[in-house]
Amino acid sequence: MALDSRVPKGPIKDKWTDYKNKINLVNPANKRHIDVIVVGTGLAGGSAAATLAELGYNVKAFAYQDSPRRAHSIAAQGGINAAKNYQGDGDSTYRLFYDTVKGGDYRSREANVYRLAEVSANIIDQCVAQGVPFARDYGGLLDNRSFGGVLVSRTFYAKGQTGQQLLLGAYSAMNRQIARGKIEMFNRHEMLDVVKVDGKARGIIARNLITGEIERHSAHAVVVATGGYGNVYFLSTNAMGSNVTAAWKIHKKGAYFANPCYTQIHPTCIPRSGDYQSKLTLMSESLRNDGRIWVPKNMEDVMAIREGRKKPTDLSEDERDYYLERRYPAFGNLVPRDVASRAAKERCDAGYGVNATGEAVYLDFAAAFDRYGTEQAKIHNITNPSKEKIKELGQEIVKAKYGNLFQMYEKIIDQNPYETPMMIYPAVHYTMGGVWVDYNLMTTVPGLYCIGEANFSDHGANRLGASALMQGLADGYFVLPYTIGDYLADDIRTGPISTDSKEFEEAEKEVKDKIEFFVNNKGTKSVDYFHKKLGKVMWDKCGMSRNAQGLKEAMVEIKAIREEFWKEVSVPGSSNEMNPELEKAGRVADFLELGELFAKDALVREESCGGHFREESAELDGPQKGEAKRNDKDFAFVSAWEFKGEPGDAVLHKEELEFKDIELKQRSYK
Amino acid sequence: MNLTLKIWRQKDSSSKGQMVDYKVTDISEHMSFLEMMDVLNEQLVNTGEEPVAFDHDCREGICGMCSMYINGEAHGPDRGITTCQLHMRMFKDGDTITIEPFRAAAFPVIKDLVVDRTSFERIQQAGGFISVNTSGNTQDANSIPISKIAADEAMDAATCIGCGACVATCKNSSAMLFVGAKVSQYALLPQGRVEATERVQNMVAQMDLEGFGNCTNTGACEVECPKGISLDNIARMNRELMKASV
Repeated sequence: MALDSRVPKGPIKDKWTDYKNKINLVNPANKRHIDVIVVGTGLAGGSAAATLAELGYNVKAFAYQDSPRRAHSIAAQGGINAAKNYQGDGDSTYRLFYDTVKGGDYRSREANVYRLAEVSANIIDQCVAQGVPFARDYGGLLDNRSFGGVLVSRTFYAKGQTGQQLLLGAYSAMNRQIARGKIEMFNRHEMLDVVKVDGKARGIIARNLITGEIERHSAHAVVVATGGYGNVYFLSTNAMGSNVTAAWKIHKKGAYFANPCYTQIHPTCIPRSGDYQSKLTLMSESLRNDGRIWVPKNMEDVMAIREGRKKPTDLSEDERDYYLERRYPAFGNLVPRDVASRAAKERCDAGYGVNATGEAVYLDFAAAFDRYGTEQAKIHNITNPSKEKIKELGQEIVKAKYGNLFQMYEKIIDQNPYETPMMIYPAVHYTMGGVWVDYNLMTTVPGLYCIGEANFSDHGANRLGASALMQGLADGYFVLPYTIGDYLADDIRTGPISTDSKEFEEAEKEVKDKIEFFVNNKGTKSVDYFHKKLGKVMWDKCGMSRNAQGLKEAMVEIKAIREEFWKEVSVPGSSNEMNPELEKAGRVADFLELGELFAKDALVREESCGGHFREESAELDGPQKGEAKRNDKDFAFVSAWEFKGEPGDAVLHKEELEFKDIELKQRSYK
Repeated sequence: MNLTLKIWRQKDSSSKGQMVDYKVTDISEHMSFLEMMDVLNEQLVNTGEEPVAFDHDCREGICGMCSMYINGEAHGPDRGITTCQLHMRMFKDGDTITIEPFRAAAFPVIKDLVVDRTSFERIQQAGGFISVNTSGNTQDANSIPISKIAADEAMDAATCIGCGACVATCKNSSAMLFVGAKVSQYALLPQGRVEATERVQNMVAQMDLEGFGNCTNTGACEVECPKGISLDNIARMNRELMKASV
C-alpha cells in the first residue's frame, strides 16, 4: 500500500483553514448515533474524549489507571508553548513552526507542524476558560518563561506542575461529559486488541483489570492515545505502567509504525543508584537556565570524590571542566537536549563521572546564587554584603523558581542541593517515533486514529521542551474532532456495530489464549527479569549513540530474549482476578517485539539526526568535528514499517519529506 | 538492612483479609519504599506465591495512584511526600513495618493494598468543572486579568493529586480537604464564579451521598497531605456553601 499523507494543497498558511472549510461534517442529530472509542486519557485522549462528547458523539473512554487524571501527562513539569507573542518579542506562528521543524532536525512533516503552531494560541485560551491556574504577573496577565533551542519567551506554565494542571483541565471537561452520559468511562481497563470489520476499525477487546473479564466494545471509529514507548528501556522517566501495547497491537493489525528509533534522552535526570532501581526521575530542563554543568578536570579529583576524600565544593574553578561551555560557547548550558545528553555521556565514558556508578555529572547553582544574591543586595540597598549574605539572598530567588525540584532531589538523593551541586545523568524520556498517521491523524487502517505521543507526526527526530503538552492538546481539542468527522460522515446510516461477529470472536479468542498461556506457563523467571534484560540491550546498543555492529547484535539478542521469555516466563495467580504480573507480562511481550523493530529502524537510518546518533555519521573535521552529521540527500524521509509476522521481517515504506517553507540547514550550537 | 513486613492481604472485595508477615533482607537505604516492595514481590514470584497488589504508577509523587498506610500514617513517616517518594533511609535495620490499605467506608478494598477511590470521581463529576465547550473562538486568555494572589492561591488548591490520604488520615473519613481544594480553585477564579453556587451544593451533596464523614477540625489531613493543601480550603468551601444556601 502506498503511503498517502493527505496533506492539502495550497500555501502552508492557508492549508488548515481551507481544509476545515471543505471537509465533510456530521450533522448534530446524526452524531447521536455514532460511537467513538478513545483509548488513553492523558492530554491527547482526555481532550479528544471531552471534545468529541461536546460535539455530540457517544464516547467510550478507557484508562488502565483508576482515574483519567492519573495518566502520565500529569508528570510534565516545565510548560506549554504557544505563539501568543504576549511578551512582544517577535513571536509568531511561523517562528514557532520554524523552531519546531529545526529543533526536530528537519525530520517532521511541515504541514502538520504548521497546523500545530497555528492552533497553539487557542489551547491557552481554552485552558484559561476551563480554570487552569497558569502563572500570572502582578498586572494579572499571563507570565511566560523560555526554554532551550529558541530565541523567544513563549512557554506558559503553572509552577513546576504544568502537565498536572492541563490534565486536570481536560479531566474536568471529561467529568462534565461523564455526568451528562456522553462519555462512558472505563477505568482500570486495558485495551488488548483492536477489532477490524471489513477492513475498518470497529472496536476493541479490553480486559477489566479488577475482575479479569475480557470485554468486547464496538464503535464506528477507534482513537488510540496511549502515549510513548520509553519503557522499552525498562528504566525511563515514564510511569511504571506506560506501555506500547495498544500501539503495537494496532501495528500488528495493519497500522504502520514510524521512526521507532527516534527517542529523546533527557539530559537532566537523577542518576541511578543501584540494580534495584525501578524508574528514573526527571528534573525540569528549566534548571539549565541557572545551573552550570561540569565534571572535574583531573582524574585524581574524580577518584577522590568517588571515594569520599573530597567534596565537589572543594574544587576551585580551574579544577573544573564546564564541558558544555567549553564545547559550545554560543549556547553553553542551553544546548538542545540531544546535544547535552551526548556530551555528558562522552565525559562519563572517558571516566570522569562523579558518583559510584561513574554515570553522573554536576549541575551547579553556585554561580546563580552569587548572581541573584548580588542583584538582591543592590535592590535591598545592602552595602558590602558578606559572601554568606549574598548566597542566602540568591538561594531565596532560586528556591522561588525551582523549590519543588530541589525538594524532590533532596528526598531521593538525601543531599541538600543548596549546599552541594546536584548530580544528573541523561535518561530516556520521550519517544518521537510512533504510529504513522496522515494529515487527519488517521493510521493506515481506516477509522483508526492515533494522537499525542503515540503517533509520530510533529517532533521529527528531536522534540523541543514544552512541545509535548502543546501537541497532545492540539491533537485532542482542535485537530482530531474536526478531521474524524470527514470519515464518520460516511457512517451516518451504519447503525450500531454489533459485537456478535466472527471478527470480535476471533480477536477475543486470541486475547484469551495469550492470557491463559501466561498463567499456565509455570516458567522459572519473573516478567521483570526479562524486562530488565531487554532494557540493558536497548540502553547499551540502541541508546545515546548507535553503530551498525551494535544494532545488528541488538536485533539478535532481543530475539533471543523474546524466545526465552515465551519459554520461561512465570506469572503467578489466575486470569480472572486483579493480577498486576499478568498485566506486565502482556506489556513486556510487546516491548520484546518493538525492541527488535527499533534496532532495525536505527540500523537502516545510517545518518545522525536529532536523538538518533550514528557513530558512523559524524563530522570528521572542521569546526563541527565530532558532531552529528545529517544526510538530507538519502534520509529526508519518514520510515513507516509494515508488520509481516515477525518484527524483524517488517517492510519499510518511505514517506519523502518535502521542505517548501524552510531551508534545510546543519544545526550548529558552537 | 533486614526488615519484617506485616502486610494486609485480601483476595478480593468480598473476601476477608488478614495481616501476613514477610521478611526482606539486604534492603539498601537508597531504595524507595516501593522498590523495597518490588524486591518482596520478586521474591514471592520466584517462590510461586502471589505478589502483593498495590497501586502505583508515576513513582515521582504526582499521579496520586500510590496509597499505602504505613506504620499508621498515610504515605508513611515523612512529610510532604507520597509513598513512592518515601525512602528506606527513614527506617532502620530490624524494624517491623506495618502496611495497610487506605481505610474508609467510601474506599472499599479491591485487593490487598488496592482500594476503590471512584467515589472521588463521582464527586468531581457532580460539579468539579467549568461549563465551557471547546472551540477555537474562546476569548483571548489575557482578556480577564486575574490578580497574582488569586491565581497563586487557586494554584495551591489545584495541586491536590486526589490520592485520598486526607480521607485515610481523618478519624471521620472526611473528604472535605479534597472537595474544599477543588471548590476553592474555581471559587477563586472569575471563570469559576458563574457556577459557584451550584457547584458547591452539588459536590457537597455527592460527598455526603458517598458516605464520607464530616470535618471536626483536627487538621490531621493537612499534616498528612503530600501536597500541603491548607485547611483554609475547607473553611472556604463552608463559606461558599453557606452563601449558596442564603
